[in-house]
Amino acid sequence: MATTETMTLNMGPQHPSTHGVLRLVLELDGEVIVKVTPHIGFLHRGVEKLAEHRTYHQILPLTDRLDYLAPMSNNLGYILAVEKLMAVEVPERAETIRIIMAELTRLESHLVWLACHALDIGAMTVFIYAFRERETVMEIYELISGARMTSNFFRVGGLSQDVPDEFVKKAGDFIDAMPGYLDQYEGLLTTNPIWLKRTVGNGVISAEDAIEIGITGPALRGSGVDWDLRRDDSYSGYDKYQFKVPVGENCDTFDRYKVRLVEMREACKIVRQGLDRLKPGPVLADCPQVCYPPKENVYNSIEGLIHHFKIASEGFYAPEGEVYQGVEAPKGELGFYIVSDGGNKPERLRIRPPSFVNLQAIEQMSVGSMIADLVAVIGTLDIVLGEIDR
Amino acid sequence: MAENNRAVQKLKEKFAASIIDVVEFRGEVTVTVAKAAIIDILLFLKHSLQFNQLTDLTAVDYLDKKEDRFMMVYQLLSIANKDRLRIKTAVTEADCSIPTATQVWKTANWLEREVFDLFGITFDKHPDQRRILMSDDWVGHPLRKDYPLQGPDREPYKGRLS
Repeated sequence: MATTETMTLNMGPQHPSTHGVLRLVLELDGEVIVKVTPHIGFLHRGVEKLAEHRTYHQILPLTDRLDYLAPMSNNLGYILAVEKLMAVEVPERAETIRIIMAELTRLESHLVWLACHALDIGAMTVFIYAFRERETVMEIYELISGARMTSNFFRVGGLSQDVPDEFVKKAGDFIDAMPGYLDQYEGLLTTNPIWLKRTVGNGVISAEDAIEIGITGPALRGSGVDWDLRRDDSYSGYDKYQFKVPVGENCDTFDRYKVRLVEMREACKIVRQGLDRLKPGPVLADCPQVCYPPKENVYNSIEGLIHHFKIASEGFYAPEGEVYQGVEAPKGELGFYIVSDGGNKPERLRIRPPSFVNLQAIEQMSVGSMIADLVAVIGTLDIVLGEIDR
Repeated sequence: MAENNRAVQKLKEKFAASIIDVVEFRGEVTVTVAKAAIIDILLFLKHSLQFNQLTDLTAVDYLDKKEDRFMMVYQLLSIANKDRLRIKTAVTEADCSIPTATQVWKTANWLEREVFDLFGITFDKHPDQRRILMSDDWVGHPLRKDYPLQGPDREPYKGRLS
């Protein structure tokens, strides 16, 4: 009798399809996966520890670097948590711009997901197309914040500054053209036999299992769970916008692909609604104990300069208590849990990264399939190691 | 008010002796419970009150601030009822362990590994208790308050000099 042994194979952390520094140790029977053991932490920078030593305003730039493909979503989650703790009301214009930017960020993050996911599976063209559109979002980022990725644009109580005049036209042109681009991607993929062979029936996880293991975001909706924090636990004024929440049926990679594509179309509609209701007004709350003063006061008056210095160096003191704020980031529920002991720095800042929890399902979704299917599963989970390792 | 919260009422009926504190702050309800009853309470919340998802599990280090050094925090979500609830329980430094919540939600597996890694709290009967973010041979638990910010062998950070 011939005996068979399983083989152990190391994949990553420098493997191109592991989307960063994810290392997987695979146990293989031929080419069939028997066991997957993920090893993470290669990008651990101790953000939560650092946050305990910084004032609330100083933590914001750290959040850009969590999910670096969706910086403004991270900014939004953190800022909303601090605003909840401080009970600060945000002016309407700031709230609207935040939603526009959060949805453009969703488009950007999903474009990178589509590009890399398709590239992993072998569709090179989609990669080039999607990065072309992503570049426009990066230009909008640069236009309003000066940076392409580390935006650091939102502030507690509003925005760091108002958007320039050309913002409305640039964002409007982009989202008007976007549905056409989405048709292009779909033309390349949705009915493509190779794409279907690689995605239909791949990485199946049932709705019950997905909830049990904590999956959130498009991956959860792909499994047929109708749950979106923007609608069901609304924040930042999302309840005033009309949008559909797409839900999958077959719990596989193809359904998650369809869900994300519909989400991109819906994001365009939300941006359009936001642009239409954008009215002139202040972009920073009038709350001098907590917020930075407007820039013109800093430059033109000694009181404004002192105020700015005070907020920048000492920050503000938060009431004792604890808050949790979850937002629907492009990858799932991004949560910030702040414990305050009454000081100007958080006693504890816990970041609940969606990718970390979603990645846990990788074993359940890939055991019994081939190595090539595992690559599709990594793509469909849409992970970013920056927020997994923090 | 927090006392009128449906979940809190049910918990008080069933686990009257184990509920230590109920707080509402900014519309969020936090229930502090005794460590001995934590798994029973989590099971009850999951199966009888439809808190089907464990959103987050973490710990807080209250070194020199509270009698019991650590606080375990469970953030629960009920997708059916669109409701959130936070459960907390204290863990002492002398008995730095707690029963694992993996028997209630699978999500807890990695989240508890992270707490073990960064706080050094051990989880009884955890199926795979290894470090997750730090390397296997790391010494110490970085998120403890007495762990120096700039790493081992460095003076504790005393704030900016300016």
